[in-house]
Amino acid sequence: MKYMKTATAFAAAALVLVSACTTPASTTPTTGAPAPEAPSETTPAATEGLRMTILPKNLGNPYFETSTKGAEAAAAEIGATTELVGPTDAAADAQVPYIETATQQKVDAIQISANDQTALCDAIKAAQAAGIKIVTFDSDAPGCRDLFINQATSEGIAKVLVEMAVEQAGGSGEIAVLSATANATNQNAWIEAMKTDLAANHPDIKLVDVVFGDDQDQKSFDETQALLQKYPNLKVIVAPTTVGIAAAARYISTSDAKGKVWVTGLGTPNDMRSFVEDGTVKEFALWNPEDLGYLTTFAAAALVKGEITGAEGDKFTAGKLGEYTVGADNTVLLGDPYRFNAENIADFNF
Amino acid sequence: MTATTVGYREYGRPRWQRILLTREMAIVGLLLLTLLVAGLAIPYFADRLTVYNLLRDMFATLIIALPMALVMITGDIDISVGSMVGLSCSVLGLLFSMGVPFELSMVLVLLMGAAGGLLNGALVAKIGLPALAVTIGTMALFRGIAVGLLGTSTVTGFPQGWTDLTKYEIGYTGIPFIIVVFLVLFAVFVYLLNFTPFGRGIYALGLNSEAAVFSGVNRDRTRIILFVLAGTMSALGGIYWTLLRGTARGDIGDGLELQVIAAVVLGGVSVFGGIGALYGVVAGVLLIGALSSALRLVGVTAEVIKIITGVLLIGSVVAASMITSFQNRRKKVTAAPSQTSVAEPAPSGE
Amino acid sequence: MTATQTTAAPTSAASAGSRLMQLLRRRETSILVAIVAMVVVTTAVRPTFVFSGDGWRSLLLNPAIYIVLAVGVAFVIISRSVDLSVGSTMGLTAFAIGSLYIAWPQMPTVVAFVAGTLFGGLLGLVNGGLVAVAKVPGMVITLGTMYIFRGINILWAGTTRINASQMGPDFLAFGNSQVVGIPALTILAVIVAIIAGWYLHNTRSGRELYAIGSAPEAAELYGLAVSRRALMSFVVSGAMAGLAGVMFAARYGTIASNAGTGYELQAIGAAVIGGVAITGGVGTVAGAAFGAFLLATINSALPVLGIDSLWQRAVVGALILAAIILDRVLAVRQKRRLIAERMEP
Repeated sequence: MKYMKTATAFAAAALVLVSACTTPASTTPTTGAPAPEAPSETTPAATEGLRMTILPKNLGNPYFETSTKGAEAAAAEIGATTELVGPTDAAADAQVPYIETATQQKVDAIQISANDQTALCDAIKAAQAAGIKIVTFDSDAPGCRDLFINQATSEGIAKVLVEMAVEQAGGSGEIAVLSATANATNQNAWIEAMKTDLAANHPDIKLVDVVFGDDQDQKSFDETQALLQKYPNLKVIVAPTTVGIAAAARYISTSDAKGKVWVTGLGTPNDMRSFVEDGTVKEFALWNPEDLGYLTTFAAAALVKGEITGAEGDKFTAGKLGEYTVGADNTVLLGDPYRFNAENIADFNF
Repeated sequence: MTATTVGYREYGRPRWQRILLTREMAIVGLLLLTLLVAGLAIPYFADRLTVYNLLRDMFATLIIALPMALVMITGDIDISVGSMVGLSCSVLGLLFSMGVPFELSMVLVLLMGAAGGLLNGALVAKIGLPALAVTIGTMALFRGIAVGLLGTSTVTGFPQGWTDLTKYEIGYTGIPFIIVVFLVLFAVFVYLLNFTPFGRGIYALGLNSEAAVFSGVNRDRTRIILFVLAGTMSALGGIYWTLLRGTARGDIGDGLELQVIAAVVLGGVSVFGGIGALYGVVAGVLLIGALSSALRLVGVTAEVIKIITGVLLIGSVVAASMITSFQNRRKKVTAAPSQTSVAEPAPSGE
Repeated sequence: MTATQTTAAPTSAASAGSRLMQLLRRRETSILVAIVAMVVVTTAVRPTFVFSGDGWRSLLLNPAIYIVLAVGVAFVIISRSVDLSVGSTMGLTAFAIGSLYIAWPQMPTVVAFVAGTLFGGLLGLVNGGLVAVAKVPGMVITLGTMYIFRGINILWAGTTRINASQMGPDFLAFGNSQVVGIPALTILAVIVAIIAGWYLHNTRSGRELYAIGSAPEAAELYGLAVSRRALMSFVVSGAMAGLAGVMFAARYGTIASNAGTGYELQAIGAAVIGGVAITGGVGTVAGAAFGAFLLATINSALPVLGIDSLWQRAVVGALILAAIILDRVLAVRQKRRLIAERMEP
């Protein structure tokens, strides 16, 4: 009787704690995602293989689902275990707690696609101090990692984007960019390179605006609408983000602008197929994110095992992708972007 | 003639029980239980890194919870604190990038926080608007200004002497140095609340504001001061965040206000006002932080923390309410028609 | 025998005139005026804002979801409570409907809408039940359920999201379709608002919400079933949020686990701006709907006017503050007027 208050509180707490401790560590997708991923629980150093944490910009992003698939396939080949963690929003410092947790768990390597190039630095440095190898992929945190796996050079990506935009605009006119988050390192690098390319080679094309969809479908959708309203003479929307291009295409395919305002950028064939078929999208580009994840895992493993140090000139083998050499600034290049259009899109499935 | 000595029979529970059976102690007990269970059952939890990360990540919530508790004890509420954190961060970055010396920028930001709190307080106390509505408005206003000022850019490159402050540890305990700042603030607030007439006025206002006013408590002044404190602490939180991450952005602190309120209510502050103690609030914040930390280590999605926070919040409030109503019903049943007087002649032999 | 003073019966013209004046002075009218002013100004800057197929459609379609949310939340605010969980309810319902489509691809659109509304109502029942049984303020309960529903949503979604290609094509077509030039979702929102407004104004339980909001203790002493009405208001709010979730799914097609985040404050802000005082007992569904329309229109108009849409929240905040200050001024003036009337010999 006397202890009812305390007893009730303790009972409630115990119930919560018990339920929390018995919650499974893996989350299973309920939708028809390409392949179910099975993050394994990390256990102390009794496992033989390497332990890696995969930390993309955000979860629920099909691009990263594909890259994780590749990363996990590579891990299976070399006998390593991976754990997929990440925030739901690609906010600047949302990844920090996960880096901290991975540091505490003393994993061997963390694969990160960075949301912000500065905010993660401290946590990364602390992880490195604890002996963990940090490999960034897709979006870099310059100066705060051991190795960066870049899908292509910024100039290379920008060149392809600009070429497609100029072609679809008919050589002159207004274009706009629908980006992801304002801080994403990769986005900003590509946009800068695009501006340089446009200024140097295509003076008749005017880049009127850069808007941010935050890699969120609904926001990208709404920003596309705003762009169309603000710039009635717009000819092309370039969306170098798979979430953004899908949302923009979806908006335009049900609006009056279909066929008048073209959507291009970086997208996955599966997302874009229906829009290519119905005429909203002529051409877009991408690399294979699965290969990117695959390469990242091999690179991280090579770092951990000491085969490479990340210095320029180091060579390592990445399974079925072959041999790779580390370039300047501890960067490894995957390859060139590939252009998808109505003729070849049926050949791909990712 | 017997010499009757007037003695007072002790009613109620002994003092140690009275202290232990409070809501606050239940939360403290829950916190200790969590730490114990997590330390034993979860690998890597019992590590100085846990304490280090936990305290550094929770610092802003901790210092804002202190004035928020006071505000809520008076019966008001302030949900603009998260936006003020974002605004302080944004303004700090802006001033710094304009060349204002960093120390001066910090002082200016603190003053701005106080001014924001003054706005809230004036609208609530002087014009008589409900606190919830006012702070919903200022929450949107401050956040809007924060994001509008910096736009999508960030400011980096803060003086290392200051950013390093957030990293120092006390020896090898893992306790970060900034805890000293928190302890000083905690001591100040505890003194204010428990050892000054001002503090007693706060409780009085919460329990019965008309009676408090009649007793001489200056209602307007007290409420305004508390809002100013909340604003200032939020500004300090924003400064801290900027130093912690080394980057200034306008969109941080989103959702912080709800985390603080949840912790404050969890920590024993009654939603009706008039009841609460600061050590319970601190325990509430640490409990939420410790649970997040523990569950992240287990690999449970960090957002499950949301469910746990919600359940804890509702559970504690509902339990408190049910217990109070149960006690009230018991009092009605057992109240004797004639009250025995407090003073009784001490029975012989005692 | 005292001679009672009789006031001359007002002539019909005068009464019509005074009624017109009353109508003009209402909050709803000023919001409507603000909306029209905003649209006119923006159209002057860029005619395609209204005079283009897309522009017209966007203008009417964007507010639909906010209108439904604001109407639901108004029920709760009028009874002097608040429902912070509508955004999470909306997101969870959207995801649930999406998942339902994946399991049952041929689900008729009507079933989707009904299921979503019922699901939202169920979640609202949780809120209402806790508030009624535990006698805890709605703000705290819905703060907790806001977290819980969002957490469940994220847990359920895991690392995936629902893509437009997985949703029923008829459903999506409905979401983007138009009837005589007006988007179907907007028509739905308006019909819902009209029904809700009728209910609040004309039914006993609806009017009792106003009583409970104005003077809760008096209402209780008077014998009103306060707990039951509170429960009802939360169920309505939840059902509206559920409906908004279905509309979201129909409109956007792709549903991530963070759908609906932040919508609760837009909804509450819209209601407050539209005249639903946070202290309860005042306001109409029409006001909340207009407030939602105004906010959504500001959102679309700002970029066209050259103001970075980043400033939108600041504008909303300023509007909310202006609205509640106005509410307060009016309330004080009303109180003084009532006192003066009582004092008249």
